[in-house]
Amino acid sequence: MIYFKKVSKAYPPNCLALNNINLTINDEEFVSIAGRSGAGKSTLIKLLIREELPSKGQVLWGDQDIGKLHNRDIPFWRRQIGMIFQDFRLLPNKTAYENIAFAMEVGGCTKVDIEKDVPQLLKLVSLINKENNFPHQLSGGEQQRVAIARALAHRPKVLVADEPTGNLDLLNTWEIIKLLMKINELKTIVILSTHDKDVINGIDRRVITLENGKIIKDDPKGKYILF
Amino acid sequence: MLTTFVRIIKSGVTSFWRNKWLSSSAISMMSLAILGITSLLLVNVLINSLTANLEDKIDISVYFNLDASEDEILDARVDLVKLSEVRSAEYISTEEALKKFKDKHQDNNILMQSLDELDSNPLEASLNIKAQQASQYESIVGFFDQEKYSKIIDKINYLENKAVIARLTSITRSIRQIGLVILLVLAGLAVLVTFNTIRLTIYSSRKEIKVMKLVGASNWFAKGPFIVEGALYGVIAAIISLFVLYPFLWYLSPKITSYLPGTDLFYFFQANIIVLFLIQILVGVFLGTVSSLVAIRRYLDEA
Repeated sequence: MIYFKKVSKAYPPNCLALNNINLTINDEEFVSIAGRSGAGKSTLIKLLIREELPSKGQVLWGDQDIGKLHNRDIPFWRRQIGMIFQDFRLLPNKTAYENIAFAMEVGGCTKVDIEKDVPQLLKLVSLINKENNFPHQLSGGEQQRVAIARALAHRPKVLVADEPTGNLDLLNTWEIIKLLMKINELKTIVILSTHDKDVINGIDRRVITLENGKIIKDDPKGKYILF
Repeated sequence: MLTTFVRIIKSGVTSFWRNKWLSSSAISMMSLAILGITSLLLVNVLINSLTANLEDKIDISVYFNLDASEDEILDARVDLVKLSEVRSAEYISTEEALKKFKDKHQDNNILMQSLDELDSNPLEASLNIKAQQASQYESIVGFFDQEKYSKIIDKINYLENKAVIARLTSITRSIRQIGLVILLVLAGLAVLVTFNTIRLTIYSSRKEIKVMKLVGASNWFAKGPFIVEGALYGVIAAIISLFVLYPFLWYLSPKITSYLPGTDLFYFFQANIIVLFLIQILVGVFLGTVSSLVAIRRYLDEA
């Protein structure tokens, strides 16, 4: 369970990115966070992965206050979360295989585990024949699939996707969304932030709509609302 | 722990190899820096031997009255060489002095004729004294102020040469000091240039560092490979500069020797090659790792 309790985030000099957010995300849930650019979607995610600290309020994982984590414990927390980004953020000097293996290496997995798991993950995202390609030798959709495989490598409890389809065409977009739903079926919380109306309407799951740093709608079978 | 260590090293070596261009530019900058620092060390050796040469040219002569006996002079010499400041004291008898004088002026007929017209040898016996250091002549001269010597000593040419000796002393001292300052300034420049080059290579990887941290890498796991890379730059740069220096000195050293007799840089280089190489590697690895550590810090803080 993830809780946001009365969370506000202000950026100097006078930007209030999040304004008194209260939110609960249940285990095994698939949640879309909708809203325009600047509505506060990315800030919400940054607080969750402890890239930023809340100005007020608490972000909780179970009864653990994420904001109170000691610096040296942050890597361990991040290994519980898989992250996917709009710009993929793969390591450019590592092959597809090595990018996925790296996520396992930082977690201290054994060589045997890595050699067993990485091919399986590559198979899950249908890239088994491109394991030795570097990111610049892959298409956008393929790079995002590598990123998903990497996000799953340390078996996270939560998968956070920040505009994962923003740089992709329609066909690749749906492949990624289908993959995310498949991952959710394997009992991982998926948090998908997007401003793509078609994506949200096509998923038919819980939608939280943000506007100017506030939750204006929380709908269990939501549609994207136009303002 | 060991696996992590091995993974960090492996990752560093792989990334070193894959960033060939960046690595080679960093290595060439670093080779230049190490070459610079080593050459400065060698120049310092040259300066030392130059000043030693200069100081060796300084001496004073104590001239004894013609009626002073050889025994008296030799007794004075025995006492003199007991002083720690004295490096050597050469006795030149009246006969030797005459012989030297004749050798020196054999082309000067007028001088030779007038010398022949004299019945006796007009040249005085002397002690030719060299001090350990140019600044010590003053105290050596003081030694002859004693009562027992005043009867037999005619003159000491220190008083005539005093200005020259003082001049030479200050010149050699300034050469040493200026040499040291230049060495420090240039070494500092080399360090700065290397640091900046490595900072640039890490700057180009700043996004990577951020991604590593987002994937859950600890600080050491993220920076380890960069430090390994930095150390590798250092080792390779040290080897390169050694291979550049060897033929360079082999060619240059005889030419330097012909200008400054008594210095053989190539010999010095060969005799100290292991120490020099160790210094180079040490400088290289130190420069590489410390620069990487400092340069990476701000990118780790941001993530």
